[in-house]
Amino acid sequence: MTALALETRDLAIGYRRRSKGDIRLAHELNLQLQRGKLVGLLGANGVGKSTLLRTLAGRQKPLAGRVLLAGQDLSTLSPLALAHRLSIVLTQTPQPRLMNGYALVALGRHPHSDWLGRLSPEDHEIVAWAIDAVGADDLADQPLAELSDGQRQKLMIARALAQQSDIMLLDEPTAYLDLPRRVETMQLLKQLARSAERAILVSTHDLDLALRSCDQLWLMSDAGIITGAPEDLVLDGGLGATFDAASISFDKVTGSFVLDPPAGPRVRLIGEGEAVLWLRRALERAGFTVSSAAADVEVTHHSNGADSNWDLRLNGRASAHSTIQSVLEALESERK
Amino acid sequence: MSQLVGEPVHTAAVAGNWRQSKPATWLSSREFAGARPHVLLFMLIALGALLLLSLALGSASIPFDQIVTILLNGEADQPAWTHIVLKFRLPKTLTAMFAGMALGVSGLLMQTYFRNPLAEPFVLGVSAGASLGVALVVLTAGAAGGALLAGLGLAGDLLMTVAAGLGAAMTMLLVLLVAVRIQSSVSLLILGLMFGYLVAAMVSLLLYFALPERIQAYINWTFGSFSGVTNKQLPVLAGIVLAGLLLSAALCKPLNALLLGEDYARSLGANLKRTRIGIVVAIALLVSAVTAFCGPIAFIGIAVPHLCRGLLASADHRLLLPGTCLAGACVALCASLLAELPGNNLVLPLNVVTALMGAPVVMLVVLRGARGWL
Repeated sequence: MTALALETRDLAIGYRRRSKGDIRLAHELNLQLQRGKLVGLLGANGVGKSTLLRTLAGRQKPLAGRVLLAGQDLSTLSPLALAHRLSIVLTQTPQPRLMNGYALVALGRHPHSDWLGRLSPEDHEIVAWAIDAVGADDLADQPLAELSDGQRQKLMIARALAQQSDIMLLDEPTAYLDLPRRVETMQLLKQLARSAERAILVSTHDLDLALRSCDQLWLMSDAGIITGAPEDLVLDGGLGATFDAASISFDKVTGSFVLDPPAGPRVRLIGEGEAVLWLRRALERAGFTVSSAAADVEVTHHSNGADSNWDLRLNGRASAHSTIQSVLEALESERK
Repeated sequence: MSQLVGEPVHTAAVAGNWRQSKPATWLSSREFAGARPHVLLFMLIALGALLLLSLALGSASIPFDQIVTILLNGEADQPAWTHIVLKFRLPKTLTAMFAGMALGVSGLLMQTYFRNPLAEPFVLGVSAGASLGVALVVLTAGAAGGALLAGLGLAGDLLMTVAAGLGAAMTMLLVLLVAVRIQSSVSLLILGLMFGYLVAAMVSLLLYFALPERIQAYINWTFGSFSGVTNKQLPVLAGIVLAGLLLSAALCKPLNALLLGEDYARSLGANLKRTRIGIVVAIALLVSAVTAFCGPIAFIGIAVPHLCRGLLASADHRLLLPGTCLAGACVALCASLLAELPGNNLVLPLNVVTALMGAPVVMLVVLRGARGWL
């Protein structure tokens, strides 16, 4: 069994229009999804992430080129055959009434069950395994209407897992979830990709999480899609270029985007540690340019056990402060 | 996060696996935890009781033991009783049962497919089509000869049935042609409603130019009635309704998948085009037949599915389909009984009774089960 689950050949995606010509969002795409790998799809809003996912899921026809699932052309597959190979999870979790978590996950067995969707003992085993795999055992017997978005999304992922398809496509599954739930979901997907041997493609806006959990990134911009290990994409500047925008730049050291500081009055910061890091952020937020070179304004940090003290030297005058707020206020008043 | 155990390998032949598990274990599986499938049994018992009641009660009072004798193919003490039970009450009772089943199930199909708790069997314009057929016959008959309808008598009734059936079938054929071409259920809903408005406008136009006494005949048809079906016509109604119910049963699985929305249903392997066409054909069979033979009977179609969801505490169509079938029949029989209260000759319009009796019941069920409802 080859590890290659999905590949595209010269794929062009976009929308067909009758009169004004097609809208082509991306073309000449030659992408590959491997079993056992979690791939993150990143890109600015409106660049075509969802269109790509819909095209890969067979929901939308490609403008050109082909999508191959384990070597077979997507367009030749019946809905049922496709459901055996590929499952999806969308941003919004449906809220069917009067249904429990177990029944929701059991819907994932539809491609495998008879005309009435009856579950065999094997089906029950697989449903129970999928629920256990996402850690949702306590949710299985609860009505869906009483669960939170995050809990329902967990069950939707279990449902996709129970479908036993090689490929799982997830369209911003964490968009409505809070931060702990997002981290949890991405860790879960990473774990599932490995342990259940799935090829998982997840689109997300959560850059930091994607950098930490994905085996590979697909960076989508108007110029096309570049792929690679997250770290390589950081180092070769691909990540910064993808989200290129005025006044925002990618900081390779911290792995996050920062607002370009406006060139304000220069402040020299002396000291090290957490407290200094946070003062630096506060100063930048207030519009100062922080440097370690000599400047008119100088702030020195003294740590005194748990307490922090700041010595501020301003145009020759010195003052002591115990909070960052008080440092900022002193600087602000001088600026006026 | 729990420890991941190895994924079970699903190798057994897929079809036929269910045979190994007994129905009892099937309904008691965790899938149905919280649901109340045993309510189906109560519904069945209620249906039996209502069938007997409907045969036993009427404007002429016939002793119950005589009813049983007649049903067991015996001779009653008075020949007139046999005639009343077999020629009037039996066809009326069975008509009510089949009509109730058809309307309940088609309401369920519409509400699930359109994901709208307000959808009902007539949203696709069936009743409008049927009423156009009837209006054409009743209101233009004058041109063909003044006393045509009055003179034809029973044949006139048959003519109205055929006209209603043709009108309903033509409308559904149009909707079906649309359903084959378009993909969105919302578009289908809007187009169905527009068909309905178009046809209703034509009916209004006919009414506007019609003679007052003809209008009365048309209005009588719109009240609905289970009494117009003869023993000879009954097999036609029963056959069409049973065909529609069988088709609906085959749609249970895609309907369950549609509870998650069309995108998820498709990803679960449901063939949405086939499902859409199946639903329209089932509705066409069920609702056209009922409307042709009984007139446009409102309320049952919209209310029974809600009633069933509340009583069965489940959204699973494998429970709701038999549920709406049984409950629809029960509601129709109740309405039929109340419309002709025993002991007097007063007969209320059926549509008045269904709404007057049913609306409060549904309100009660909805309010009591408000948690996790609509």
